[in-house]
Amino acid sequence: MKLGLAIRELHRSETALAKDLLKVADRHAVEHEVHHVAHDLARWSHAHLRDLADAGRHYDVHLSGDAPVPSAPLTALRTTASELTGRRPEPGLVLLADLRRLHRKAAGVSLDWELLAQGAQAVKDTDLLALATRCHPQTLRQLKWTNAMLKILSPQILAS
Amino acid sequence: MAGRDGIDQPWGTRTPYGPGGEWPVRVDRHLADGLAPADVDRWVRSAAVLHSNGDGLDIAVKDGEIVGVRGRADDRVNRGRLDPKDLFGWQANASADRLTTPLIRRDGELVEASWDEAMDRIVEHSKELLAEQGPSAIGFYTSGQLFAEEYYTLATIARAGLGTNHLDGNTRLCTATAAAALKESFGSDGQPASYTDVDHADVIALFGHNVAETQAVLWSRILDRLAGPNPPEILCVDPRDTPVARAATLHLAPLPGTNLALMNGLLHLIIADDRVDHEYVERCTVGYEDLKAMVAGYPPERVAGICGLTEAEIRAAARLLGSAGRLLCTVLQGFYQSHQAAAAAVQVNNLNLVRGMLGKPGAGVLQMNGQPTAQNTRECGADGDLTGFRNWANDGHVAELARLWNVEVSRIPHYGPPTHLMQLLRYAENGTLRFLWVSATNPAVSLPELRRIRSILAQERLFLVVQDAFRTETAELADVVLPAAIWGEKTGTFTNADRTVHLSEKAVEPPGQARPDLDILLDYARRMDFRDQDGAPLPPWHDAESAFEAWKRASAGRPCDYTGLSYEKLRATSGVQWPCTGEHPDGTERLYTDGEFFAQPDHCESYGRDLITGAPVEPGEYRAMNPDGKAMLKAAEYLEPHESPDETFPFALITGRTIYHFHTRTKTARAPELQAAAPESWVEVSDGDAKRLGLHEGDRAAITTPRGEVRARVRVGGIREGVLFIPFHYGYFDTDDPAGHEGGRAANELTMTDWDPVSKQPLFKTAAARIRGLDALGGAR
Repeated sequence: MKLGLAIRELHRSETALAKDLLKVADRHAVEHEVHHVAHDLARWSHAHLRDLADAGRHYDVHLSGDAPVPSAPLTALRTTASELTGRRPEPGLVLLADLRRLHRKAAGVSLDWELLAQGAQAVKDTDLLALATRCHPQTLRQLKWTNAMLKILSPQILAS
Repeated sequence: MAGRDGIDQPWGTRTPYGPGGEWPVRVDRHLADGLAPADVDRWVRSAAVLHSNGDGLDIAVKDGEIVGVRGRADDRVNRGRLDPKDLFGWQANASADRLTTPLIRRDGELVEASWDEAMDRIVEHSKELLAEQGPSAIGFYTSGQLFAEEYYTLATIARAGLGTNHLDGNTRLCTATAAAALKESFGSDGQPASYTDVDHADVIALFGHNVAETQAVLWSRILDRLAGPNPPEILCVDPRDTPVARAATLHLAPLPGTNLALMNGLLHLIIADDRVDHEYVERCTVGYEDLKAMVAGYPPERVAGICGLTEAEIRAAARLLGSAGRLLCTVLQGFYQSHQAAAAAVQVNNLNLVRGMLGKPGAGVLQMNGQPTAQNTRECGADGDLTGFRNWANDGHVAELARLWNVEVSRIPHYGPPTHLMQLLRYAENGTLRFLWVSATNPAVSLPELRRIRSILAQERLFLVVQDAFRTETAELADVVLPAAIWGEKTGTFTNADRTVHLSEKAVEPPGQARPDLDILLDYARRMDFRDQDGAPLPPWHDAESAFEAWKRASAGRPCDYTGLSYEKLRATSGVQWPCTGEHPDGTERLYTDGEFFAQPDHCESYGRDLITGAPVEPGEYRAMNPDGKAMLKAAEYLEPHESPDETFPFALITGRTIYHFHTRTKTARAPELQAAAPESWVEVSDGDAKRLGLHEGDRAAITTPRGEVRARVRVGGIREGVLFIPFHYGYFDTDDPAGHEGGRAANELTMTDWDPVSKQPLFKTAAARIRGLDALGGAR
């Protein structure tokens, strides 16, 4: 059975998404909505990591339930860089690139939840299925958010 | 009928009445010193513009000057009563410091100019930017104080003339969450209830709504019910000890930023105690199971901990709401300007929906407005929606507008939601928005984090036009200032928070060269030579009444249908509630009386947004979720506020208003009685905190947040421990630093830049702060 592998892979992709949400939040501290909402949405990913670590135990997979901590000096650096360049139009393209990368990461996590839910049904692990049913919709909302922000912010960035 | 002391007795004498009775008439009046009614040459029909209540009044004119006001006994809203601001605020019209000529910036100074010079500069700049970057370089920030005709004209110019998506109103600060919450629950804006529901309710619940100070006449109505037989019970949710709190059966003072947790907790108990109207929920709503699942996680013991309340308080509130036979709920800034604004306001809608308390006398929701004409900003499409509550994501609606304006569909931007104010400012900050036209509002005092706002507005690369009656803090930063006529000096209509439309007629001539906003906008359109696709001038109307007739056509068939109204009818009736059509010629008292909503996928104003992420719901998703256009029960989890008190900044700071001032005091500071009633800013500190910190009534104190510091006099008491309150009205125009470059007074020096992701309303009630007393010389003690 390879469900342990699926849990491990999902944990890896969710960790990467959580880290990137915080990184983008700090890198675009002057884009207030992106900054605040990305921080809020990282909490969903953190909760998913805790739940996945618990679920992993049943499959002999040992995973950390802690939220990944971004490096403090780097966070400060990103925020300062954001504030220093906040008066220039060029970081707009960086923002689009960052949101695009986040979107792809969230899409990967979404697919991993899909696989986990399929596997859980095949082995009749109702707890694991319930976990996927609870968490996957939040990943889809993260995915829709990155898509929406790209759609809303891109016209101004591209036209100016 | 008599004059009354509107300062010491802001709500006047009681005229008690019982449930189902008619609110008795009491006519308030104030005339300039020494004048009697017999001295008045004529009375001119109007309504109140210094709050959102929409009180009908007449303006007294003598020798071509405004000399007073009188409430209209036949008006459905106020039955003759007037708010203190109405009694005295008219004096601002005749202020010696009105703007009477255009100003342009020359060598760094604002100097007098002719209308031709000023308008030519604006037009030249517009054309250059259109050629260089296109319409995305140009944006408008308007008001909640113009008239419907003016908003509709502005919307037409921005969307169809220039083709820019950047148009918003300062309604963003006061009422965006009301509109958003109504759209989330009912698919469209439109106030479900009516002020007459106060006459019938047996429980009135006010959520973050200090009605005694924001809508004084509506509070008089409630006080008269409280003084009569079988009075209603009152639930007040507010961290301050307001007049409403003191009159309430039950007062809950939750910690700022926790409204959603409280509402989830109240819904938890209503459902757990099965106070649910299952027949109504089944017939009229979608989403009940999801709501139930969400609030299951908010038992009173958890909520008490989050909100800083006792379990008993939460249970008592739920019992009051759950046992009401006719429940009227109202909501305002305590929710709208706080963390998770829209999600919390939506839970109030949910409360009424699950209890089946909608569309019948005494039962309903009033998602209140802050500004007098905010409703028109929303319905005319001068804020984050398209004209006539049309849906930017519905191609059919955009095509309707294109036909109405006779332009190509592609001229009207609809590739995303119209740009909201805070985003517009961000575009100005990063230099992609290069032209901002501000009308009748004062962002240099009213927006959060003022140091940032000033630094954006003062940029050389931003061309700033300010259209106002006074030289405001914002005007001080402008490149061109246009002098505008105001209420009493022009004709037009406006609509209050319970959908009541009034006509306000011109009583006197504007001072100097000041012109009505409508005339200024039409002048701009002609000079820009905007044309429709047949080459006719756009917009085609030329005065207030022709603009109103055009607006009626734009509203036809939409929830805010004005087609049954005319200036003639509004001259005959004091206040008519929309929708007003051939079928309902006298207007409509309550919406949704038959359990039918404006939420059908092809009709709705909005497909809604995710309550946490703010991402717009896609059309197909909406259609699948709500194919029959029912009311929608939506819910969200509580999130911690984005700034919370800590060791360095141990207080939660909230800002708000006083009954004696409106907005940034542009008018009310120029009415001597109002200015004398509240001449200076202050900070409220609880008894316990004051004692601990050695602060006394009248002490000077410095209040600091990570954004800045302001100084104010201490008022002890009237607020829960751990919370500070500062009124937001006070800016700098009446100091020796009129643009406010030095800061130090306005509450918004302290607030943080954050907005609700759903309504995009900036938050003014989530900041961590500290306070210290100052000695007589202003030094630290």
